[in-house]
Amino acid sequence: MRKLSLFNISKLYEMISDNKQLYLPVDNGAGQAGYKKWEYGMTMSQALNTVRSAKDFFFPQTENLVDFKMNGKNIEIIDTRSEAEDFVLFGVRACDARSFSILDKVFLSDPVDSFYKSRREHGTVITLSCTRPEETCFCTAFGIDPSNPEGDISSWIEDGDIYFEAITDKGAVLMDSFQSILDEADESAVETQKTETRKIMAKLPLADFNLDGFGDAALLEKFNSPKWAELSRTCLGCGTCTFVCPTCQCYDICDFDTGHEVKRFRCWDSCMYSDFTKMAHGNPRVTQMEKFRQRFMHKLVYFPANNNGEYGCVGCGRCLAKCPISMNIAKVAKKLGDN
Amino acid sequence: MQEIMKQRASVLLQEGKVDRVLGWQAGVFVYDITPSVFTNAEDLDHGFVYNDFCGNNLSKYLVKESRKEGKVAVFLKPCDTYSFNQLIKENRILRDKVYVIGIECGGKADIEKIKADGIRGVTGITGEDDTYIVDTIYGSTQVSKSRVLLERCMNCKSKKHVVYDELIGDDGEVQVTDRFDMVEKLEKMSADERFEFWRGELSRCIRCNACRNVCPACTCEKCVFDNDDSGVAGKASADTFEENMYHIIRAFHVAGRCTDCGECSRVCPQNIPLHLLNRKGIKDINEYFGAFQAGEDCEAISPMTAFTKEDVEPGTLHTKGGN
Amino acid sequence: MIEETLIPKLGRVTDVRIDTPDVKTFRVVSPDGGKCFEHIPGQCAMLSIPGIGEAMFSITSSPTNTEYMEFSIKKCGCLTNWLHLMEPGQAIAIRGPYGNGFPVETDFRGKDLLFVAGGIGLAPLRSVINYVRHYRANYGTVDIVYGSRSKEDLVDYNEIIEEWSREEGVNVHLTIDRAQENWDGHVGFVPNYVKELGFDVNKTVIICGPPIMIKFTLAGLQELGFEKKQVYTTMELKMKCGVGKCGRCNIGGKYVCKDGPVFRCDQLDEMPNEY
Repeated sequence: MRKLSLFNISKLYEMISDNKQLYLPVDNGAGQAGYKKWEYGMTMSQALNTVRSAKDFFFPQTENLVDFKMNGKNIEIIDTRSEAEDFVLFGVRACDARSFSILDKVFLSDPVDSFYKSRREHGTVITLSCTRPEETCFCTAFGIDPSNPEGDISSWIEDGDIYFEAITDKGAVLMDSFQSILDEADESAVETQKTETRKIMAKLPLADFNLDGFGDAALLEKFNSPKWAELSRTCLGCGTCTFVCPTCQCYDICDFDTGHEVKRFRCWDSCMYSDFTKMAHGNPRVTQMEKFRQRFMHKLVYFPANNNGEYGCVGCGRCLAKCPISMNIAKVAKKLGDN
Repeated sequence: MQEIMKQRASVLLQEGKVDRVLGWQAGVFVYDITPSVFTNAEDLDHGFVYNDFCGNNLSKYLVKESRKEGKVAVFLKPCDTYSFNQLIKENRILRDKVYVIGIECGGKADIEKIKADGIRGVTGITGEDDTYIVDTIYGSTQVSKSRVLLERCMNCKSKKHVVYDELIGDDGEVQVTDRFDMVEKLEKMSADERFEFWRGELSRCIRCNACRNVCPACTCEKCVFDNDDSGVAGKASADTFEENMYHIIRAFHVAGRCTDCGECSRVCPQNIPLHLLNRKGIKDINEYFGAFQAGEDCEAISPMTAFTKEDVEPGTLHTKGGN
Repeated sequence: MIEETLIPKLGRVTDVRIDTPDVKTFRVVSPDGGKCFEHIPGQCAMLSIPGIGEAMFSITSSPTNTEYMEFSIKKCGCLTNWLHLMEPGQAIAIRGPYGNGFPVETDFRGKDLLFVAGGIGLAPLRSVINYVRHYRANYGTVDIVYGSRSKEDLVDYNEIIEEWSREEGVNVHLTIDRAQENWDGHVGFVPNYVKELGFDVNKTVIICGPPIMIKFTLAGLQELGFEKKQVYTTMELKMKCGVGKCGRCNIGGKYVCKDGPVFRCDQLDEMPNEY
């Protein structure tokens, strides 16, 4: 383990961004944090987490897939892909870090999504531990330890210093590149922090978030539960939850005619939207209840059934904070879990 | 107040005057309130809550609820009653299927403003006079209520209930406010400065559509932004300017019908001050067509849908906006 | 860069055959000649006209056809309307094959097969029927019950009459919904016809057609003594990616584009009822 005084953190940012694009959470002037490309003078936000999750870097909101040129009866297909540039994400929290491995299960499974793969290979993730979690946090329910985040390099801020530890080979390579400004460190301060944070997690209101009875065993019983009608009654169907969620990955493929060529791109979509499953002859999910149920069944039942019990949620709490009507996965799980 | 409301709702249900009650449901923390439909006294007892975090405007739900079987009772704060009236005027709510209970409101709090000072791990919030005592797992602290009110409550335009079947508490007065101050500030900016301001604010937009879905003026069965033939339906736009146009288009669609309920800004996950766009619309309408408050009553015709010879000439508007 | 399934290949339409007032069959080849790719009966491909749309269509020709692929497409929306106006020589964007296909080399081998189809539902089944006819010795008897609104709405009518009906060991039973002048065959809905014909329960059944036809046919088959695990069908939902990633076409934990479109009816019982 090595460390750096926070007074010198700017030097670290400089060294990293000399070779690669560096992104870190920055205050955005509206009382919130968002990832921005580092420029000289920027400091990392003190907020617990950003509003938009880090999934944007691997699965952007819009992404060009391919271009076409139309000429009479002929079509020319133009592959517009290019290798992603190297980049570094700094200050990613444990919840978002876990979300990457969930997205990997979707995009890197056969057939591999080359767009996602390229970004994933060129991105190095430096994660940051949490010391003052929010009441909306419940990452521990999914086996995530906020005091010991996964990543290529993990970091801890304690008492004016920031400690680093390379976890993966990719992380070790990056750490080598700024090794020169780091000092030796012993782990005791970090270990103490971990213990303290774990104690706090145990005191949070959602510490007892219980997933018993979920996973694939429950499929039809949970699907047919009459509680969905009540839970979805006042859902606005706005899609905010899906857009701030680090693991939601539904997308749409659209064609856009620029006049010079047709660009086929993909963009985020939401199962909460009215036309998500609409076909020429009807829509199997007619009311908001079916759409609402789909989102939570996917995260709590279908995804774990297809992925060895791993849930499609990381407990980041964004949906708890941002839903206009304060509905969220914790309330749904609790209501469906009650017998 | 909560207990009185709960009681009243119970009685209305028991007496069969209404079949369900639209109110607010308590959550896990004190501030995560979910609008909910209660059908019996037991549910009311367990879950009904009315506190300083009940900011949700319940009138929009009545568009669907008033079309179901039976009658629904609803609790409306003064600002909510304006939206209700406007929806009656637009024939979106069936008036005789709804029993309106007007309730007093001293302003609702914004949990994000409370947390803006770095307060985290909230376990409870209690209010006393002008102060909130915020309990957290990291210790307790106090905040001044007036500092953490919702944006719209900062310049509350009216404590008067413009429509109700019964009232709990006293009716209030229309307020004198400075709600157009920020709009004036923006008007005084140069066109470039104003453009920068809005480009900056709207750059955070993630097109989640929460503002549209919560807005009581947006009740179109097929929204233009969901209609592939409209040309503006993109879930993703060709460039950021086109993205920003979503808000300009929506502001024009609701102009003259917006009651300034402030829900759009409350629900925006990125804290974009959308209400300023709508307030500009209201200010201009007041200036050019005479003072008009949408939702004040069910009869007045909106200047946007009435053509009179006294209407301002297009030329006047053009010279004003074209600097 | 590596292979990317979302980026289509080029195909060219060499022939357009009018089947019914709203169904046309398109012949597609690769610009270099031959097929764009190989497939298993029951699999589908994404066809698109850039700027108009993209949709999943089942490949109606059998993989044993080495020269071209065929798609029978019903006119019912944006893209299909455009496709119906296509002329031979038109280029299209095509990608695939997608889906699990029918178990022609495993569960179907050696079995007596009963195909039940309604309207455009014959399209995916035609791929299996012609595959079975090609490898005739590997399969038992073939019964085909096929019905549509009227004689003019029967797809592949010529092939059915000229080829299928004339083949040894292949029994074709056609029906139309309402009597009409130039028809002296059976009149009645497909589910009822299946019950009337009364089949030996020692068959593997493959059904495709409007959901209501499938529902009643399945009920009728069960009355005859068939079990759900003998009956195969294909599902259809709105699809975009075709590879189980965009999250759209799922029924429970299964994606129709990837884990389907072919499902056995007993498997469907274990899935949520939202289709």
